[in-house]
Amino acid sequence: MADIGAQETPKKGGKKTLKKKVVRIDMTPMVDLMCLLITFFMLTTAFSKPKIMEIVLPEKIKSEKEKAEAPKIAKSRTLNIILGPDNKVLWYTGAVDDPKNPPPLQITDFGPNGIRQLLLERNRALFRKIDQFQKDVIAGKINIKRDSLEAAIRQLKNEDDTGPIVLIKAYKKSTYGNFVDILDEMSIVGIARYTIVDIAPIEEQMVEKALGITPEPATNN
Amino acid sequence: MPKIKLPTKQPFIDMTPMVDLFSLLLVFFILTATFRQNEPAPVDTPYSVSEKPIPDFNNMTIVISKDNRIFFNVDNGPDTLLKFRQKILAEVGKYYNIEFTPDELKAFEKLQTSIGVPIENVKEFLNTNDKSRKEELQTGIPIDSLNNQLATWVLCTRQVNPNVQASIKGDSQIEYPIVKKVLDILQEKNVKRFNLVTNLEAVKIEEETIQ
Repeated sequence: MADIGAQETPKKGGKKTLKKKVVRIDMTPMVDLMCLLITFFMLTTAFSKPKIMEIVLPEKIKSEKEKAEAPKIAKSRTLNIILGPDNKVLWYTGAVDDPKNPPPLQITDFGPNGIRQLLLERNRALFRKIDQFQKDVIAGKINIKRDSLEAAIRQLKNEDDTGPIVLIKAYKKSTYGNFVDILDEMSIVGIARYTIVDIAPIEEQMVEKALGITPEPATNN
Repeated sequence: MPKIKLPTKQPFIDMTPMVDLFSLLLVFFILTATFRQNEPAPVDTPYSVSEKPIPDFNNMTIVISKDNRIFFNVDNGPDTLLKFRQKILAEVGKYYNIEFTPDELKAFEKLQTSIGVPIENVKEFLNTNDKSRKEELQTGIPIDSLNNQLATWVLCTRQVNPNVQASIKGDSQIEYPIVKKVLDILQEKNVKRFNLVTNLEAVKIEEETIQ
């Protein structure tokens, strides 16, 4: 472990001097131990904290009395997005007026030319506004505190009256990953108004027809 | 011819700088360590662009694993003296007429991971030391409309800690209906604002891409 090494042999005939000794400590075991400890801590540490995405659901209407009249929205602004199986996304504008003759469903996906392109096209005005605003803040043209930035963007979104109103519906075979993906698209594209709605039976049928799925017999669960 | 005799000297490497470096690294890792919790079921969370970190306190997490089991986790509150976990378990026990001993409550407080045990089996789960038995008991919290224990957990947690936020941590492969069920339970209990736990994935779109 530690050894004392004679540095040089004293010359003959010289004065009797004390031997110079250098104390060396073998540090290898210490290094070994530290390596082990570092490895242990590196492997057990969770570095990146998981992130969260906030969503707000409307209050559940429990009685008929509370049922307020649904706000009227323009049909042309309504965009229905239905999450399908196998990462497919289906969409149509407006509403189903005639159950016998439903609007055609467009099939797209989460790819680069998929649903994001559509949402961007619809939401162009607001997206530009938000983008410009953020650029101005970075460039220093607009002086705003960091913590009120989010509120300012929310204000922009509230004022918007041209962007689409997106209704997100999930077909029963869609995955939770897709659900998060579509909510993510909403925040990427900066959609001001979107909500999560239960899928209607007619829409389920439309999805099944569009994708050629044979509907399963209804089960009671 | 005489052989050239090399001096037999032991090579000696000075390890001090290495030790210095290692000590620094070690100190860094010890100080930054937040230990990864060993979850009962592995969950691959989906990716999103959100950059908000998960709150440290006042957070209850509902975990949905790949095999559709439901787990529940709640933190102990911002102050360890608050002992929220103990209170919540006692409250849930009271609801189902199960009396938990102080030892069991303490064991529940110490258990940092999420729990996926029906309330009838929680007592056994807390008392057993057998790991495989513990695993067996993690069958998931029932969410049927007749025996909706998750709703009770949520209710009791909110009674004990009114500031609690709800987070849902689901595997990206699970099918939507089970998520819908959990969302409905939360909505029923008047939890309107909640968080979806995700991993960060940066996405940036340039304005030029808009046609």
